[in-house]
Amino acid sequence: MRPFLFSKSSAINQALAKKNNTTQYIAGGTNLVDLMKKNIAEPESLVDITSTLSAKIEPTAKGLQIGAMVRNTALANDATVMAKFPLVSKAILAGASPQIRNMASTGGNLLQRTRCPYFYDVTTPCNKRKPDSGCSAIHGENRMNAIVGYSEQCVAVHPSDLCVALAALDATVKTQDKSGKTQSIAFKGFHRLPGTTPEKDNNLPANALIHSIELTENSFAKNCAYVKVRDRDSYAFALVSVAAALNLKGNQIVEARLASGGVAHKPWRWFEAEQFLKGKTANAANFEAAANIAIKGLKPLSHNGFKVLMLKGAIETALQQCLNP
Amino acid sequence: MKQEYNFSRRFFLKTSSALGALAFIPKGVKAFYEEVKNFIVPKKEQLPLTISINKKSYAIKADTRTTLLDLLREDLNLTGAKKGCDHGQCGACTVHIDGERVLSCLTLAATVPGKEVTTIEGLANGDQLHPMQQAFIECDGFQCGYCTPGQIMSAVACVKEGHTKSVAEIKEFMSGNLCRCGAYNGIVESIQKVAAQ
Ligand SMILES: Cc1cc2nc3c(=O)[nH]c(=O)nc-3n(C[C@H](O)[C@H](O)[C@H](O)COP(=O)(O)OP(=O)(O)OC[C@H]3O[C@@H](n4cnc5c(N)ncnc54)[C@H](O)[C@@H]3O)c2cc1C
Ligand code: SF4
Repeated sequence: MRPFLFSKSSAINQALAKKNNTTQYIAGGTNLVDLMKKNIAEPESLVDITSTLSAKIEPTAKGLQIGAMVRNTALANDATVMAKFPLVSKAILAGASPQIRNMASTGGNLLQRTRCPYFYDVTTPCNKRKPDSGCSAIHGENRMNAIVGYSEQCVAVHPSDLCVALAALDATVKTQDKSGKTQSIAFKGFHRLPGTTPEKDNNLPANALIHSIELTENSFAKNCAYVKVRDRDSYAFALVSVAAALNLKGNQIVEARLASGGVAHKPWRWFEAEQFLKGKTANAANFEAAANIAIKGLKPLSHNGFKVLMLKGAIETALQQCLNP
Repeated sequence: MKQEYNFSRRFFLKTSSALGALAFIPKGVKAFYEEVKNFIVPKKEQLPLTISINKKSYAIKADTRTTLLDLLREDLNLTGAKKGCDHGQCGACTVHIDGERVLSCLTLAATVPGKEVTTIEGLANGDQLHPMQQAFIECDGFQCGYCTPGQIMSAVACVKEGHTKSVAEIKEFMSGNLCRCGAYNGIVESIQKVAAQ
């Protein structure tokens, strides 16, 4: 690990003032410390933000505000979250392990980096780790990688489960930059596709902090499900995952939400399939039709063709589970 | 994880004057030189830390890079918490911070002052084993024993959290602790036994 200076900040302005491109914030450390051990992240100094940012979940006029330092366990177990946004709880509990969830923060979860094996192997070319060095995965060992939205430069996927639920629920990311300016970024515009700049995972302004996440009340609490398919039953990243939510009137679908992890460089919304389900009867035939719309035109890589049918199954299962949550 | 550098300061000073003598250094070489220089003369920092472990206070100086796991094992001779993968994937290093189970290999020691750390060494009450330690012995909750301190720390938390309603729930909430010997059935039994007490 590269040596670094360490300091703690108790005020947001102080933390922001210390930040530059050789400094990094550290929250739970579950991703950053790992990346530093592997010399993938090599900050010259760290600013501990665990007592800088709010660890509270607070009601707002329209819903809930989740402080960036709320730990994943606390978020999953919060009574209001469980009652009003159970999809968030379900997604978190499908990820990592109890120890990691106790450490991991909400902000850090959004900013965790890909688990592409070449990104982690500093002896191989990787455009995300080292721009213009090449992508080892595109013609390499790519069974965990993307099936949609990727580019010639990068085929990595975003590894978060929480983010899939936040994408499905149209959350908002509140940020604050060095000048003190705050910004609200819609979740679907927060993470990026790789395009020609795969080194950039998201649209967080330079040196800014994630302040909090906002959720707006919705009618999806009763009928939602998170299905995660992985190499072992627990404690593994998703091969594919699906967050599904239905707003039902009787057995008619008023509105549907469908998002996936493990398929793209960002949490992926299946907008066309959602549109199809609108106004339809909630039954197996329509669920299958929606899944078929989602998988139409996907472009798997050399080793992950299996993800397409797996995704179809996961979408149908998640929609079925919405009916018996 | 403490890194030894093969370059000395003298090497840097020598090369620095040698390179300085070259009037027209191409940009790439300059950038490379900067990189090497930063690598050779990094900003090392020793932090004075006061950390409470098993209700005993320790005052110690540690490099900022020191993880809680290395501090425990290398500096304080508390070798109960084990280094398995060192990347948060196996759970062998599990300890409690302020009563919650966490991974000491991904925790920087610098972040721990002001908090209470409990390790496997702090579980027993004098000569009397913690009920979970006793249960692991009675239920064959281990074979080689390497993952056991982490398993026990995790198991104690699992019971405290109340995640013991079914075998499936215990397995799910113990999934962060791997056991290469496969003593899982004994571990689940140990947890059921303590949960029932
Ligand atoms: C073995 C293992 C298995 C895992 N499995 C899963 C899984 O199945 N599903 C899943 O979703 N996740 C999984 N994770 C990832 C885990 O959820 C993330 O590592 C965690 O959420 C990151 O949060 P943190 O607070 O620890 O972030 P840190 O490691 O502290 O920070 C991560 C990054 O975010 C930056 N940062 C943190 N907070 C802020 C902020 N408020 N503002 C600006 N920048 C900030 C840091 O500078 C750093 O660059 C796993 C991790 C491990 C080690
Ligand atoms: S897919 Fe992206 S992260 Fe993986 S090797 Fe290619 S550039 Fe790197």
